[in-house]
Amino acid sequence: MSDSIVTLIDVEKSFGKNKVVKKMNIEIKEGEFLTLLGPSGCGKTTTLRMIAGFEEASSGIIMVQGESIEDKEPFEREVNTVFQNYALFPHMSVFDNIGYALKIRKKPKNEITKRVNEMLDLIQLKGYENRKPDALSGGQKQRVAIARALINNPKVLLLDEPLGALDLKLRKQMQVELKRLQKKLGITFIYVTHDQEEALTMSDRIAIMNEGVIEQLATPSEIYDRPITKFVAGFIGESNIFDGKVIEVHDEILVIENSAGTIMAKGSGFKVGEIVHVSIRPEYVKVSIDPVEGFNLKGTVRDFLYMGTVVNTVIDLKDNTEIKYSRFEKDDDFKERDSVNIYWNPEKAVVIKYKK
Amino acid sequence: MRVSKIQKRKRWQGLVGTIYSVAIYTILYIPVLVMMIFSFNNQRYNYYWNGFTTQWYTKLFTNSAVIDSLWYSVIIAVLATVISVTIGTIGALGLKKYEFKGRKFVNNMLYIPIIVPEIVLAVALLIIFMKVGFALGMGSILIGHCTFCIPYALVTIKGRISGDGYSLEEASLDLGANRIQTFINITLPSIMPGVMSAAFLSFTLSIDDIVMSNMLAGSKSSTLPVLILSMNKSGITPDINALTTIMILVIVISMVLNKAIKNMLKKTKNTEG
Repeated sequence: MSDSIVTLIDVEKSFGKNKVVKKMNIEIKEGEFLTLLGPSGCGKTTTLRMIAGFEEASSGIIMVQGESIEDKEPFEREVNTVFQNYALFPHMSVFDNIGYALKIRKKPKNEITKRVNEMLDLIQLKGYENRKPDALSGGQKQRVAIARALINNPKVLLLDEPLGALDLKLRKQMQVELKRLQKKLGITFIYVTHDQEEALTMSDRIAIMNEGVIEQLATPSEIYDRPITKFVAGFIGESNIFDGKVIEVHDEILVIENSAGTIMAKGSGFKVGEIVHVSIRPEYVKVSIDPVEGFNLKGTVRDFLYMGTVVNTVIDLKDNTEIKYSRFEKDDDFKERDSVNIYWNPEKAVVIKYKK
Repeated sequence: MRVSKIQKRKRWQGLVGTIYSVAIYTILYIPVLVMMIFSFNNQRYNYYWNGFTTQWYTKLFTNSAVIDSLWYSVIIAVLATVISVTIGTIGALGLKKYEFKGRKFVNNMLYIPIIVPEIVLAVALLIIFMKVGFALGMGSILIGHCTFCIPYALVTIKGRISGDGYSLEEASLDLGANRIQTFINITLPSIMPGVMSAAFLSFTLSIDDIVMSNMLAGSKSSTLPVLILSMNKSGITPDINALTTIMILVIVISMVLNKAIKNMLKKTKNTEG
């Protein structure tokens, strides 16, 4: 509790009858890069706007540094926001935009100049101070928006899809730059995005949201390797998801049967006879001509998709479902319509509690 | 040198275009020019030229009826402008940035004072003022002018407010500015060109108005256009020519200033380092 800087307790938000955020609980640690990731309409931006003070929580408590902030106006909160569309003030120069927070606090001129110059150094835009936002490129605008939000040394920086409007190459570059900045300044970043790759590469922890609920809160590798809900497994990366029944339990390795055959996967807390989902990433799927012990999953190779070094393959199973399988080009070679046995390292497949 | 058909046609088009525009502008401006010239005419009536004089300009400033009604007009116009632009700004922001029941209705109702003939509004106001016993005079004229200036001001300013919601205002609040600081530093500058246009428009509409001013003036003095109109019966003296000449100069100068200010605003918007 002591090292958490932002805490949400049972926070809910409704717009009319529409509940956008449901019973949200999260503790964000000091200096952490936390990402709220989810499809549009999942409540991630609303959550951010509640922390910033632009939306009022319908119920629940939001605390910053152990202090409840519900009654504070946005301009009284020690958090700053980088907006999706930058929201730079068009009638002010880069210098005035960055220095705005200090000017409002009536800081002396020389201090403002000094701090703005420090920020310009930080974002590598020295010499641009007299430009108007209109005369900047997208990436430059983004950096000015970040500098403007950082000048007052906020405890927490809120970023609402800050790279959404940039092209792919610039986005990748800015991802690196943002991460570098966050490490250097040690400020807590709460980052909202719908781009899973962005979330995986930048975050210390990711909160995956869906329909107003946090489905999983964990490190990127945990999220990727051990999704705990079907939604997470399907949303992050590519997954093959089977529904089946547990027929045997050997410690943490479960044998599961479904209409296509018998497979093995890792999971704990499941009983024999329980209906479950099993998720396996295409890159962990293996294929052999000979049967493999513990597995009884047969299929017919349907088609290949060459993706450079990797070949994505679709295999039809006998219950008319399919499984995606990706391999390096040099690996085992199958032709279309070959009949194969499918298997994997049971440790790599995840058993997930059944839902719907 | 060979001249192609297309070049010939282009020459013709150019010539016809020039003649046409010169004719239009001549017809528009000759009366004004004649009036300006006659303001220097050494003769009581505007019939024929009788030598140069500036006596009408000196006479003008001793004609207290004209000077009084000029002041009357200017005071009303300035007040009407300030009131209309203030209400127009607040109204435009409210109608553009906030969702509320009846917004569409209010938006549509705005155009009614613009569409309805002014005489109808004037009569309606006159009836109301008589019914409630509101004394006719400067106050009633001011209210009358505001009724048609406010919609124009509001519509003009509304057009300048961008539709992208509150993100600039939110950014300002987020950076520590309270609502008043945000309005002064962010909202107002972003709609300033619209506010300026609305102010010029309101001032022009008010100072130029005759129907409202005539109807709502009561028995006491009224605005300059009303006075000039009433003088028409006994013949317009050249000091009115002098006055209108001065007014035209003032208007031309303020138009040039308006343009200059707008250009300046545009330039500061686009300056590069």
